[in-house]
Amino acid sequence: MAIGPKRLVVGAHYGLRDWLAQRLTALILAIYTVFFLVYLVITVRIAGGFSYDQWAAMFVPVWMKVLTLTAIFALLYHAWIGMRDVWMDYVRATGVRLGLLLLTILWLFFCAIWAAQIVWSV
Amino acid sequence: MANQTASARVRPQFRNLSLGQLASYRLPPAGLLSILHRVSGVLLFLMLPVLLWMFELSLKTESTYARLRVVFGGVLVKLVVLALVWAILHHLFAGIRYLALDLHVGIAKEPSTRSALAVFAVSLALALIAALWLFGVI
Repeated sequence: MAIGPKRLVVGAHYGLRDWLAQRLTALILAIYTVFFLVYLVITVRIAGGFSYDQWAAMFVPVWMKVLTLTAIFALLYHAWIGMRDVWMDYVRATGVRLGLLLLTILWLFFCAIWAAQIVWSV
Repeated sequence: MANQTASARVRPQFRNLSLGQLASYRLPPAGLLSILHRVSGVLLFLMLPVLLWMFELSLKTESTYARLRVVFGGVLVKLVVLALVWAILHHLFAGIRYLALDLHVGIAKEPSTRSALAVFAVSLALALIAALWLFGVI
């Protein structure tokens, strides 16, 4: 990416992409949060209360599964960028940093698969 | 490589705060908000399996839902849930503030200090309401 006529911020170009992805995923999460709260209030209003049946019924429609899983995947990608920044800021030993980055990826993959299984088994 | 000669010069370095300094180092509100944004994010990352576990119990069957309600009865669990609720609230509102700053909204010193204080006011007030609700006061 070129800034001004002379300065060129070189590199693998993933810096801006990740910066932007962090903000886009944040936006998705904020919008999903508002949507979820509205959906919850409407569900409770219609049912006149809250119990397991209403809670589980919220996740039965396929569109809700898709939206929820999209939000969870956005969250995991958001967490990846954030944790990558944290490791890069505080862990200077290359081997340890690589190990932690790898563990973070495995951890997030594990969570992604688990989340998909939870949402799709309702 | 215009700054090659400049970087070769020995410069004084100011880094590595000692632990004692860390305790007495007073951050401005926006700085405190920033480090807590990071702390809350890391906390949520580490607690992801706990959140997913609770989510799974709540959805799987009626009996696992009932079990989750029993789990939520414990004082220690209530404190953990409260910490997570605070982390979500702080991360959300501080994050919205950062999105505004990215768009150069309220980027000057005074407005950004005010918005940092506003984030603390809103997230802590909502966390307090959550605490009262969790411990059955309201």
